[in-house]
Amino acid sequence: MCDSCGCNVTPGNKHLLESNGKLSRTPDGKLAITVLQGLLSENDRQAQLNREHFDRHRVLVINMMSSPGSGKTALLEATIEAIGPELNIGVIEGDLETERDAERIRAKGVPAIQITTGSACHLDAHMVHNALHQLDLGRLDLLFIENVGNLVCPASFDLGHHRNVTLLSVTEGDDKPAKYPVMFRAADAMLITKADLLRVLDDFQSAAAEHYLRNLANPAPVLEVSAKTRQGLTAWFGWLQQELQRYHQYLAQGKPLYPRIQPQGQAAHAAVYVNHQLHPNG
Amino acid sequence: MHELAVCQSIIDQVKRIAAEHQARVVEKIYIQIGPLSGVEPDLLKSAFPMASANTAAAQAVLIINRLPIRVLCNTCQAESETSVSRLVCGVCGNWQTTLLSGDELLLERVVLRSEH
Repeated sequence: MCDSCGCNVTPGNKHLLESNGKLSRTPDGKLAITVLQGLLSENDRQAQLNREHFDRHRVLVINMMSSPGSGKTALLEATIEAIGPELNIGVIEGDLETERDAERIRAKGVPAIQITTGSACHLDAHMVHNALHQLDLGRLDLLFIENVGNLVCPASFDLGHHRNVTLLSVTEGDDKPAKYPVMFRAADAMLITKADLLRVLDDFQSAAAEHYLRNLANPAPVLEVSAKTRQGLTAWFGWLQQELQRYHQYLAQGKPLYPRIQPQGQAAHAAVYVNHQLHPNG
Repeated sequence: MHELAVCQSIIDQVKRIAAEHQARVVEKIYIQIGPLSGVEPDLLKSAFPMASANTAAAQAVLIINRLPIRVLCNTCQAESETSVSRLVCGVCGNWQTTLLSGDELLLERVVLRSEH
């Protein structure tokens, strides 16, 4: 959300600014101030600084979100083993407690910073900023942020990352995108993990999971993967390579790369709405 | 329960606005929330007193304006109101739509009282 260009003015609140401007007096003389700022503007400001910092160092940053136990760390281990020799990878791990995940990643020979959030259910842009002090971004091509395992809260906080990847393990049920729409709407790729178990689970249909994802108007690719058997990992690495290429193209053109759904999404609302008013039939 | 973090962010912004206008007391805080923002209005209301205690907004009333979800169909160009887990076009049923509103998480307006 930007507070300077007016992108937070949507069809729903435009009248507030048009009626009597930003400042007015109530009948009993009190001061009423129309603000129209994102409620998380402090976080969003820090996220933007993080993003600029990543872009100066040409590091593509991927926010990995899912339930606890869906296999984020196992997928990262398999990813590092396979593409670590070609790409310099770093990981920021978010958990309520323990260094266990960071230790697993370090055992694969890549830098990993553990953020322990205590009781906080998500990472925010300030926590990621603090973790960056301990990472040498100049040596990285790709940084994964493994968010706190939670299908609700992490989706509301911009970290300054470029892409969201949401994992759905086959033991969780194929209707999770319908049940947790905010999280799955934000996915730039949905990974169906532990796919090796599909042969013994008769109640998870990948096509159904994809159908629920499309119901959220989300065109993201859906990939079945198994960190254990390596099934589908080639497609996952292909997606990462494609996003790295896209990122470098954006950098070359001086354009920032944002996740498809981001807090500044209302800029798009306003533009689409104005366009629709001007050309109602397309 | 990230609603407490959201409340703390609201209080920080409101405190800054009150200071800019030399106001000591915040009377009302109006916010806009869409169902796709990921913030639950009722939880926000219950977390608010914890975040506002001992601040200029301690006595403030939090007024939440809940906005509907509206999408624009990329195919038939119809605008329709939808539910949170089905953002498909209400007219032709196509899933390729663009969100017009429903993900708002905005501080709309504050009412301040200057006390000397």
